[in-house]
Amino acid sequence: MDGKLKTLLKEKARDIRVDIIEMLCAAGSGHPGGSLSMADIFSYLYFSGELNIDAKDPAKKDRDRVVLSKGHACPVLYAALAEKGYFDKSELKTLRKYGSMLQGHPDMNKTPGVDMTTGSLGQGLSCAVGMAIGAKLDRSGIKVFAILGDGECNEGQIWEAAMAARHYRLDNLIAIVDLNGLQIDGFTKDVMDTTPMADKWRSFGWKTFEIDGHDLEIIDETIKKAKSVKDSPVCIVANTTKGKGVTFMEDVCDWHGNAPCEEEKDKAICDICNIDAS
Amino acid sequence: MINKEIEKILSKEEGKKIATREAYGNKLAELGEVNSDIVVMDCDLSKSTKTAVFAKKFPDRFFNMGIAESNMMSAAAGLATMGKIPFVSTFSVFATKRACDQVSISIAYPKLNVKICATHSGITLGEDGATHQAVEDVAIMRSIPNIAVFSPADAVEAGKVIETAAEYDGPCYVRLCRGGAPVIFNDSYKFEIGKGTKIMEGGAATIISAGFTTHIALDAARMLEDEGIEVDVINMASIKPIDEDLIAESAAKTGLVITVEDHSIIGGLGSAVCEVLSAKNPVRVIRLGVQDKFGSSGNPAELVTAYGFDKDAVAAAVRDNI
Repeated sequence: MDGKLKTLLKEKARDIRVDIIEMLCAAGSGHPGGSLSMADIFSYLYFSGELNIDAKDPAKKDRDRVVLSKGHACPVLYAALAEKGYFDKSELKTLRKYGSMLQGHPDMNKTPGVDMTTGSLGQGLSCAVGMAIGAKLDRSGIKVFAILGDGECNEGQIWEAAMAARHYRLDNLIAIVDLNGLQIDGFTKDVMDTTPMADKWRSFGWKTFEIDGHDLEIIDETIKKAKSVKDSPVCIVANTTKGKGVTFMEDVCDWHGNAPCEEEKDKAICDICNIDAS
Repeated sequence: MINKEIEKILSKEEGKKIATREAYGNKLAELGEVNSDIVVMDCDLSKSTKTAVFAKKFPDRFFNMGIAESNMMSAAAGLATMGKIPFVSTFSVFATKRACDQVSISIAYPKLNVKICATHSGITLGEDGATHQAVEDVAIMRSIPNIAVFSPADAVEAGKVIETAAEYDGPCYVRLCRGGAPVIFNDSYKFEIGKGTKIMEGGAATIISAGFTTHIALDAARMLEDEGIEVDVINMASIKPIDEDLIAESAAKTGLVITVEDHSIIGGLGSAVCEVLSAKNPVRVIRLGVQDKFGSSGNPAELVTAYGFDKDAVAAAVRDNI
């Protein structure tokens, strides 16, 4: 990855993180932990140029699709979409408010750039399977990205979808699992142990990569590889830190679903802006 | 009595029985010819739901999703976002109960164009027993916003409903049956969303039915006619949206409504009729159907009698309450 792009992606990841904190503070509720853990990957998806998408034409037929199966992490998606120009950044402050285009979980009919309505865990990967089948029927070369939580993989439906994706050899489907090791009630190993995550996907017949989900160079390398895989769906197990970028949120379970107050917001933004310095 | 206009749309072939699921499979295969956006999914029941007829003709547009109903519903939603028209089939119990959240969140909330055509509904499924008999499916589907609910009475109406569903832009639930039902209509019958059909006319009472029970309602009405009691018989294939005017108008004339359905009396057609009449024209409503019970093994005819909605029970409900 060239230095210029890497700098841009770092800046975008930082902006996305700041947006996440600001919108959650304004909303007074929501999910910072699993949004922050995905900020680097979303920066990559929306600003590397690897995705065929157009903010000016959000519904264009031959676009790549992004399904946020872990829908509660929508602040990271909304921030990326706003930064990309799908809608005005001022909308971010309306998150979760009555009448807002930014619902508490993603709504494809309200928010430009949201490809699928999600929120009830486990369903998004199946929706992505349907999209990938649809793309195959149309002989379209598009890719479908599904972003999953590691806690979400407790849901049986994820594995139903995993079976189907392999059965239909959906090599246009790329799932990214946000392996941050935490879910609402605690560490995933204590709530419902899903280790070894990557082996599970491999055993379901998916070409599987395990990466550092905060390393932009590795994300770049892996997504490029994933796009060229033939005959099987691809899973990228992204090792991440929940709350990444905000020291007092990192690996702290309580920041799964609590919004920062004004004071915490300022401290968080200060942390985020210091990431590169550390 | 049956008036001349109605007679034109009624079948002349007495005793001919075809299951609505048969009509579904054949109609799908026919529609597949003219509409290449139609895709079909099934959960390892294609021989029973009759989607196998489509699968044989259009293998590239048929997707067996294995025994995984939740995944099928959400995947169908994904296909609909790509401009396809997915028809998804399994038994009613699985479509509406196992995959209820997927139908609600993946399909109904985003208003995606998925046609949920579920077979083996009601206790008339018969021998498989309670685990496979959907008696709450209409109640569940009717309560989910954005979903239209259709329950055809015979093979002809089933074909028309499927044609309409394919043209209709939005999610719908079509309730189909396992067992052969007498053919009531002929091909000139037209199905319209939100419209019921008055098949017989009389002033003593109104019998409203949908789905498999409509031939039972007609048999009861003929029995009553022989006794000199004439009733309105309304077939209400469009349960949601429902034909409020037709219900209110008939109830205003007769003052007594009997509903008949192969479904729980809680939340189904009977409840829908009560909802209309309580607001528009309160009259006495007697709901025949499954009385807040689970189903049971048995043959369809004996079950209909045991659960209290055979033709004798329908006729008695009229006789005892006029």
